[in-house]
Amino acid sequence: MSATYRFTVNGRPAEVQGPPMARLLDVLRRDLGLTGSKEGCGEGECGACTVLLGGEAVCSCLVPLFQVEGASITTIEGIAPSDKVTELQRVFANEGGAQCGACTPGMIVTLKALLDRHPTPTREQVREYASGTLCRCTGYERIFRAIEVLTGQRSSECEPEGGPRS
Amino acid sequence: MDHLNAVGRSVLRPDGLAKVTGRALYLDDLPENGCWHGTTVRSPHPSALIVSIDASGVSDPDVKVLVAKDVGPRNSVHLIHDDWPVLADGRVNHVGEPVALVVAPALARAQAAAKAIKVAYEAQSPVLDLEAALKGDPRTGGRLNVLAKCDVGRGDVEAGFAAADVILEGEYSTGHQEHVYIEPHGVIASPTIGNDGTFAGVDVVGSLQCPYYVHKALTYLFDLGDEAIRVRQSVTGGGFGGKEDYPDMIAAHASLLARACGKPVKIVYERQEDIIATTKRHPSLVRHRTGVKRDGTLVAMDVEVLLDGGAYITLSPVVLSRSVLHAAGAYSCPNVRIHGRVLATNTPPNGAFRGFGAPQSLFAVERQMDEVARTLGLDPFEVRIRNAYREGDVTPTGQVLKESVSAVAVLERAKTATRFTERFAENEAARGARKDDGKPLRGIGLSVFWHGSGFTGNGERRMMSKGAVRLRADLKIEVLASSTDFGQGTEGIFRQIVADACGVGLDDVVVHTPDTAAVPDSGPTVASRTVMVVGGLLSRAGAKLAEMLRTFAAQQAGMAPASVVLRNGFFETERGRTPFADVAKRYVTLHGPLDATATFEPTPGSTFDEATYQGDAYAAYGWGADVVEVEVDPDTFVTKLTRLTTVSDVGHVVHPVMCAGQVEGGTLQALGWGYLEEMKMKDGRFLNDRMQTYLIPTMADTPDMETILLENPTAHGPFGAKGVGELPMDGGAPALLQAIENATGYSLSRLPATPERIFEASRRQKSS
Repeated sequence: MSATYRFTVNGRPAEVQGPPMARLLDVLRRDLGLTGSKEGCGEGECGACTVLLGGEAVCSCLVPLFQVEGASITTIEGIAPSDKVTELQRVFANEGGAQCGACTPGMIVTLKALLDRHPTPTREQVREYASGTLCRCTGYERIFRAIEVLTGQRSSECEPEGGPRS
Repeated sequence: MDHLNAVGRSVLRPDGLAKVTGRALYLDDLPENGCWHGTTVRSPHPSALIVSIDASGVSDPDVKVLVAKDVGPRNSVHLIHDDWPVLADGRVNHVGEPVALVVAPALARAQAAAKAIKVAYEAQSPVLDLEAALKGDPRTGGRLNVLAKCDVGRGDVEAGFAAADVILEGEYSTGHQEHVYIEPHGVIASPTIGNDGTFAGVDVVGSLQCPYYVHKALTYLFDLGDEAIRVRQSVTGGGFGGKEDYPDMIAAHASLLARACGKPVKIVYERQEDIIATTKRHPSLVRHRTGVKRDGTLVAMDVEVLLDGGAYITLSPVVLSRSVLHAAGAYSCPNVRIHGRVLATNTPPNGAFRGFGAPQSLFAVERQMDEVARTLGLDPFEVRIRNAYREGDVTPTGQVLKESVSAVAVLERAKTATRFTERFAENEAARGARKDDGKPLRGIGLSVFWHGSGFTGNGERRMMSKGAVRLRADLKIEVLASSTDFGQGTEGIFRQIVADACGVGLDDVVVHTPDTAAVPDSGPTVASRTVMVVGGLLSRAGAKLAEMLRTFAAQQAGMAPASVVLRNGFFETERGRTPFADVAKRYVTLHGPLDATATFEPTPGSTFDEATYQGDAYAAYGWGADVVEVEVDPDTFVTKLTRLTTVSDVGHVVHPVMCAGQVEGGTLQALGWGYLEEMKMKDGRFLNDRMQTYLIPTMADTPDMETILLENPTAHGPFGAKGVGELPMDGGAPALLQAIENATGYSLSRLPATPERIFEASRRQKSS
């Protein structure tokens, strides 16, 4: 049953041997050591395991290994170059978008996919696009606001790194 | 600016960038290093005798199986009472109760072995809910099976009723609530082997709120000394109380298996097992009898609080106590009697969940106040403002509210921010004039509530928590406390408090990971006590450390200590200023690291008598008012939340953005409990034990929020701060039900207000 599958993860080629129905989430976390994607429910309901598959946000717990043959995958680890953060990530952290952080990787990946399509999304567009990623901590308000700060629709309520605003 | 305070600023949380990049390592992300995997065999019955456990079908030679007799003489989770078995012995009292443990080198092998274990049961007649529990429990010979009791009273209730113009009765009930922290429970236990080659203790790392609770449970379980057990917290993906009590159980399981196989053992629950096995919010039934004057003034309140404790006591006595102490609401009333009990059922034990009993009793009293308003023709604001606590008022425990009382302030602000009175009246009028045109019905609802910060009564005095700071050789000031961060931002706010207490910059302060081998016991991370109580200890410890360094700096300069101040990271004298690091370096070079510790000190003159339940129940209270706006579909009764306005006084705010995050997240959790989250049960089994079937609010369900923080400082917290964690759970549900009533005219007294329940209420009201 086990076979070899080749695909791209975060811009690098990957080769994984496994059963065709192995969950992409387990392949990423266990075979490739990319533990940023989280398992919150294992049934595509919470979105904590969201990755980009050919640019589309998908729940990696629902994607079988055979389906990613030849595909290009981006995980939370590939959103920014190593040891760097994107503006989305920086603003999200600053504005209180992350509390416990367990939903955060899936949320960031989902919001990146949204911003790739809608560079200045309305709050309704954020609601519609990201409602598949559940957060139990924030009540979502700070996530909405982070996107609005990032896209120039609202001013920041936080201090930029390195000190208070003048 | 002369003094650049850290407290009050919204700075980046220290774990923020690790979390947004996926680099933060949660329990299941840690290297496994050859650890074995544990799994649990659970009861399918709510009440049964265990006839036999047969593991002869397990053929895997590496597998180890443990049953009750393998646990040893101390087979209980050591929490309040030792009635909660680590493994069921002879009988099971709820579905999902652990009966056997299995460990193997790989999880699939452990799971296969678990399936091969045959357990024979003799089923008994169960007690499955409060209604049945009130009829008596077969386990206690048909009598009420009372797990805990709590009574509070003040004044003469009968005289109060005699003087009342109107007497109203009401009955209110709420169901289970599941925490749904996004990261399920998980733990790794590594055995330590003594010089004689035998088991000598265990090193536990886990997703948990209270490392010293686990430490206490394991030293008891194994009958070992404090040094034999070490408990550390991994990055924790949410708790909400759900990781207060249950980590004791899962850590006990992993540790027993580690002792049995001699290897580190990992147990991580899948979501379904997490929902089946772990504690929930107590279902409640609260009865009110209320005497009022015609103008709405309260003269007598008689309240009965019943909580469903589930199968074992766990934390129920303290949950009940907080429920009872908040049951008369944020209102002054001269004659009050509150009678509380927790009854046992054959359902999974209920335990800690944000609010800890208060959301249930506050829901009831807020709906009862709506009943008062309805009957007297007052609007919800009027009846509340007339009775809301003012400074100098006396609570049911006889506590005089001397400071930081904001019930009136939060109500007034909530009213003006939302034009509540006008809009409530507009909706009432619109309902009367409404046509059957399918257009959504608009409603607005208001609640007011309070929440005591810190442990109840003498809890803090008994705990005598410690907090410490240390100047390290690398010149960082390190915070040493057992308070955990499971999302709230503990690490960040401790840095802010200690930086200001010492007079140094934020970058000079770091926080040690909670680890029982390295930090003192500053108590559990519960009860809205972290900022106010532990933050207060750290503020005092920081000030002590600064004082010692100031004295040292003065000696070095040949000056009087009083002529040196440490401020903004500099030691300042009239001659000039020296950077903190220069003096710190001289100190550690000469003397090594410098420690300062503070221990809890009760407020002078404050007392609480546990026999009579009279005295100062809490050192300080947070105050809140919620305004919830809804649209209800007139045909389907589906409710949509359209706007939420919260006004909170939690004293001086340490970090405005994180504080608002607590309020917003907590209020949404309360609203979810109010209309969406329903744990359905059949024959003692949760029917919706998955995230596909137990629904929590998504972004699409979530209204726009306006979060107003009033700052009425307390003398009992650092820089005037009070607790914030639980207050937001208290007011969402009653405000939501009032809004639904304002929209539809249908009054609900049971949570959650699902379309089915609104429909039932409509049928009830139309037929009466």
